[in-house]
Formats: sequence, structure tokens, C-alpha cells
Amino acid sequence: MKPRNKRILLILTGLVALGVATFFVLRAFNENLVFFYTPSQIANHEAPTNKSFRIGGMVVENSLQREPGGLEVKFIVTDTAQSVPVQYAGILPDLFKEGKGVVAEGRLNSQGVFVASQVLAKHDENYMPPEAKDAVKAAQENQNKNNLAKTSQNTDPKK
Amino acid sequence: MIPEIGHLALIIALVASLIQCVLPMWGAHTNQIQLMQVARPTAYTQLFFVIIAFVALMTSFINKDFSVINVVQNSNADLPTIYRICATWGSHEGSILLWGLMLALWSSAVARFSKHLTLPILARTLGVLGFISFGTILFTLITSNPFLRMIPAASNGTDLNPLLQDPGMIIHPPMLYMGYVGTSVVFSLAIAALLSGKLDTAWARWSRPWITVAWCFLTIGIALGSGWAYYELGWGGWWFWDPVENASFMPWLLGTALIHSLAVTEKRGGFKMWTALLAILTFSMSLLGTFLVRSGVITSVHAFATDPERGIFILIFLAILIGGSLTLFSIRAPKAVAGEEFDLVSKDSMLLTNNILLLVAAAAVLLGTLYPLILEALGLGKLSVGKPYFDAVFVPLMTPALFLMGVGPITRWRSAKPIDLVTQLRWALGATVVSAVFTPFVLRSWTPGIGFGLFLAIWITTASLVNLFNRIKSHPANAISALRAQSASYYGMLIAHIGVAVFIFGVTMVNGFEEEKDLRMSAGTSNSLAGYDFVLNNIQQVQGENYVAAQATITVTKDNQFVTVMKPEKRKYFSSQMLMTEAAIHTSFTGDLYISMAEAISNTEWGVKIQFKPFINWIWGGAFLIALGGFFAVMDKKYRFKKNKSL
Repeated sequence: MKPRNKRILLILTGLVALGVATFFVLRAFNENLVFFYTPSQIANHEAPTNKSFRIGGMVVENSLQREPGGLEVKFIVTDTAQSVPVQYAGILPDLFKEGKGVVAEGRLNSQGVFVASQVLAKHDENYMPPEAKDAVKAAQENQNKNNLAKTSQNTDPKK
Repeated sequence: MIPEIGHLALIIALVASLIQCVLPMWGAHTNQIQLMQVARPTAYTQLFFVIIAFVALMTSFINKDFSVINVVQNSNADLPTIYRICATWGSHEGSILLWGLMLALWSSAVARFSKHLTLPILARTLGVLGFISFGTILFTLITSNPFLRMIPAASNGTDLNPLLQDPGMIIHPPMLYMGYVGTSVVFSLAIAALLSGKLDTAWARWSRPWITVAWCFLTIGIALGSGWAYYELGWGGWWFWDPVENASFMPWLLGTALIHSLAVTEKRGGFKMWTALLAILTFSMSLLGTFLVRSGVITSVHAFATDPERGIFILIFLAILIGGSLTLFSIRAPKAVAGEEFDLVSKDSMLLTNNILLLVAAAAVLLGTLYPLILEALGLGKLSVGKPYFDAVFVPLMTPALFLMGVGPITRWRSAKPIDLVTQLRWALGATVVSAVFTPFVLRSWTPGIGFGLFLAIWITTASLVNLFNRIKSHPANAISALRAQSASYYGMLIAHIGVAVFIFGVTMVNGFEEEKDLRMSAGTSNSLAGYDFVLNNIQQVQGENYVAAQATITVTKDNQFVTVMKPEKRKYFSSQMLMTEAAIHTSFTGDLYISMAEAISNTEWGVKIQFKPFINWIWGGAFLIALGGFFAVMDKKYRFKKNKSL
């Protein structure tokens, strides 16, 4: 082979390899994105039923129930507007508390219960997971909007 | 008084770093020897004053000076002395100061061990390092000053995060930073070489030991961090693909690529532009990592505060350094002469493949780390990219690179015959296939993953042994003198490659054979896992220096033979009221037993997690071998430069 052809062959091989690698990386990327939904979005049926995703919000006070015998727990996660029942078998992280923020990853079952495969641990007592914070904020903004709409309806002079 | 001394010292260091940058650079540009000679003394001066600043901060912590805001926020009167010392780098401000200290140390090391460099190259290298120092110290003074006072003084501090109250805190951050920051030296050497238009084999030979040492520290730092997370976080994981881990892993991947491409540049004069580009990218990844960890864009144990001002400062600094160096690269690189030709089958081409794979892997990690942040910053939604993505990408990308680790070292430079390689490696390949297929049967379980992992680990080991054996055989004298005749860098390579094999073996065994059980236990309950029997004897309150804990006592037996008593704890720290799981770990050569306490379910019952982690220590053992190999390579005689031998 002439050196020129050799070089071209080498460059082509490199490019093909790079292309194949990029293809696999992007495919894996696409398949493994984990999306995030708020309890309100789940109530609106926006969340997928066949795919794993994350939810965030506050754990409702006094909602934590333990199954006798095992380590199965049930609790309710709310964004103050809507709430989702969550079921989890396993050990909860140190900073899991009723009334505090939580993020969980898992799937919705046919009864509308979120079966968590993982409840995420956070490192700081005062720290609110951003996902949980945003879920609550979005829900409250929504409520405020609705309230405003209602009040403006009520004060409609034509009525 | 002491904090003011530290503050003043830091300001003087800022001035010194500015002089270290401007005068030598100008001197090199205008060819004025006196100006270039300023580089060395100013580097030493800068180090001297940064050390004073650092010691001043440390002294404030040791003396419990609760008039210093940083001490108040990260320390406490009850905190043991050793952790008060570590608290120096336990905060954002302190850790940036540590960054600056490491940079000053590296700069002075360059000043000290550079007798062989020509004056313009030295002046430019120290000049670039001075610029980086200037940015770092300015950042510290403007946005993250650790010496600020509060009036009136507080009576006590809020405390160091209990997670950081651990021996890992003494050594993990300094090691990691030593590695992180050390990549600035090859970066500066590359910029100096580009500016001087002398991108040649001599430049490659100077660069190699510097990146190798930095890379060794980085390897150790990452391994220590991983080990720390394993025993301290209490869930027994050793790698989480957390953005902060990725931030340190990306420069490691590129540094690995750089070390290998430098080999080509040094031996054959090839890949010059590529090597210079890798040197720039490696340091850029270190800086980007610092940005990710320190700006608060990601929240984790490493992110202390969200402060947009800091993020913007680092981002601008990042843009200047990366943008500037890439611009310089694009202007200067085309002037560099192309290296020698090589064939499709040759050591050169295999090292190139290794480089491309490592670069793509680093890019894949970067994509997975940055994408969620960018999407969120643009308000396009929230998502996370977790372990499944990284696993799915990383294993296929690394597999060919790992396979080539067996072939590459015995392949000739420039051109090799495939048939020769097959002849040399057929026994290694045969032995590998046989043992990878049969070992899992001995272990009574087989999955493709286990067989595959074992195949790679055994392949790298046997091929390395073949390589050593060939060298002995081709030596005219006996085996002993043949072994003596091999260079330190050759042994370094073998050790590092076998370290990779040990690491893969550990990962394979942990992933393939780990077992875990989440249990509900009370006094007298027994359970078994992986052939071990566990009996919970009792749970009692114990008191530590600054915490109170519930401590379980669990007796472990195997086949009715006593193995050990394990005492996991659930701690509550007084000052922060934070709960902490303190796992009990029984370590042996072939694996760990790992017990952590979850929470009290009732008055008598506790949730307890018991795990068996076969060969997990081999993961970190492999990492330390990799670093050891690097240190061996640096000991090589060829790096003991004589004064001004080249250029």
C-alpha cells in the first residue's frame, strides 16, 4: 500500500470506530434517562406507566406505615396540591423523615401506587432536595393561579 | 491577629503570583534574561506566603477561634483536635485555599526540578502557572475568604459535618487535590512549548514524569474517596457515578490517555498535536471539575454553598484558560511537523486506539454529567442520568481498550505482523479462555458478566507475563541479569497493567457474587448470609466524644466456628443532631462482611442490613497497584535529566 492510501485507511478506520462508539453512547444515553415527575403531574396522568421515573415532594405527616414482620413501608408523598402513595421494601436513608422532602425512583403500578426501588439519601438535615422543592413550588404557584381565577370570578360585577 | 496575618500573606502571594506571571512571560517574549530569571524566586515567594496563609487558618481552627466565621461554621468546641486540623479544608473556603497551596507546591517543584529546561521554556511554564495561581488566589480573596471575622465572636461553632469526621478526611482531599492540581504542570508545559514553537520529543520527555506523578496522586485520591464512601456512607457501594466522582474521573481518563500518547511522542515523535491537545483537555477537565464541585450547581456532600458569584467567577476563569489555550493551540498546532508513519497493526496504532477510546469514554461521562445540568439551567425539564447509562456506555468502550492492554505492549512500533502477535499470545489466550470459562463453575455460578470480567482480568495478567518472559528469553545472559536489565518504566507499566487486572477482578467478583439482606432483628434473632451465621446479642447505648449511639453487638460464625464480633452503630451527633450510620466491616483477603443499622422499628426491633462483598478490597488494591506502577515509571533513569542536555 502507498503511504497515502495507508493514511487514508487509518483515518477512515478511526472515523468509523468513532462513529460506532458515538452511536452506542447516544443510544445508551437515550434509553437510560430517568425523568422526573411531580405528584400533580402523576395525578394528570402525565407520568409513564411502563418506565421507571423519579418523584419528589414532602412526606405527609403520620403517613408512614410499616408492614408487620418485614421491612416494607408505605408513605404518602405530596406537593401540597396532589399526593401519591409510595411503597418501598428496604432500608430508608438516615434523613428520611415525615414532613421533610424526599426523592424516590421507581414505577407506578396499576393501582396508582408508586413502587419505589430506591429512596434517595441526602447528606444534610436542612437540605431539601431541589426536585422536592420545585415540585412543591410548582404546585403552590398553580394553586395561587387557580385561587386568583376564582376570586376574580367571584368579584365579577356582572354576577 | 493570626487570621489577619493569613489574610495579608494571601494578598502578598497574590502579588507574587502576578509578578510570576507577567514579568517572565514578557521576558520570554522580548528575550530579556533578567526578566525571565524572576520566575523561580517569585514561585518560591508565592509558596512561602501561601503556606503562611494556610498555617494561619489551621491555627485558627486549632485554637478554636470562634471569631472567624469559617471556624464557627465548620468546627465546634467538642470536635477532636485532629478533625479541627482537617476542618481547615472541610469548608469551601478552606478547600480552595488547599487548591492554591497545592498549586504553589507544584510551581515550586517545577522551579526546583527544572535545571534541564531552557530559560524561555521555564519562564513561560512558570508564567502560566503564575496566571493560574493568580486566578485561584483572587477567587479566594474576592468570593471565598476564609479569614473573615464576625463581631461579636460566637461562643461555639456549628460543627464539621459528621460525615467528614473520619480519618478519610485527613488524607483524601490533599491526595485528590495534589493530583487534580498537578495536571496544571503538563498544561503549562504544553502552553510554553506552543508559545515557543518547540513541540518536540524533548518537551514530551519533560512532560511525562510530571503528568505521571500527578496522575498517581489522582488515582490514589479517587481510590481513597471511593473507599471512604464505601465505609462511611453505610450502604456498601463503592462507586455511584455521582457528578462529583465523575468530576475527578474525567481528568483521570484523559490523564491516562495523555500518559500513553506521550509515550508515542517521546519514543517516535508522533502525535505531537494530539498530545498537546490532551494536555490542555486534561487540565480543562480538572478546572471544570472544580467548577462543578465548587459552584454549587450540583448538590452533594462536596458542595458547600450555592453562590452564583463563585460560579460565575470560575466560569469566566475557565473560559479564559480553556478558550485561550485552545485558540493558541489552533494557531500554533499546524506548524508542528507530522510524526513518522505507522501501519494499521503497530504499537502506535494501538496506543491511538486506546487514546480514542479513553477520550470517548471521558466525553460520555461528560455528557452524562452535564446534560441534566444544562437542561435544567435552560428550564427544559428535570431528569437524571444514573448508573445504568454509565454502565451501559463504559463497559463496551473499555473492553477493546482492556483487550489491547494485552496486545499493545508486545507489539512493535511502526509496523507489526499480526501472525507474530498470534504466535506469541496463543498460549496466553488459550489459558485465559479456559480459566474464564471454568473458574465460575468452581465458584458455582456463571453469568456472561462474570465470565467476561474474568476473561479480561486473566488476559491482561497472562499477556503481561508473556511479555516479561519474552524479554527474559531474548536477553543473552541468564534470567536474573535479564530482569535487572529491564528499565524501571517497563516494570512500572507491568505493575500498573496488572493493577488494572486486579481491579477488574475485584469489580467482577463484587458484581457477580455480592449478597445482601435487609432484616428486622431484635436481641436473640439470628440469620444467615453467604454461609455465615449472624446472631444479634444486644443493642445498647454508647457514648462517644461528641455523639451518642445505639450499638448492636452481632456475633458471626461460619460452620459453628467463631469468626468475629461486629458492632455497627447508629450515631446522633450532639451539635448538629444529625443521624449517622456507622457500618461495621469485617475485612478479609477474600471479601468483606458489612453490617449497617437502619432505624429502630419498635422498642426492641431494628432494621439491619447485612452484606457480603467478595474481593471488594481488590478494587482499591488494584488502584494502588496502578499508582505504584506510575511511581515506578517516574523512577526511570531516563528522567534524571542533566542540565540543559536538550535544547
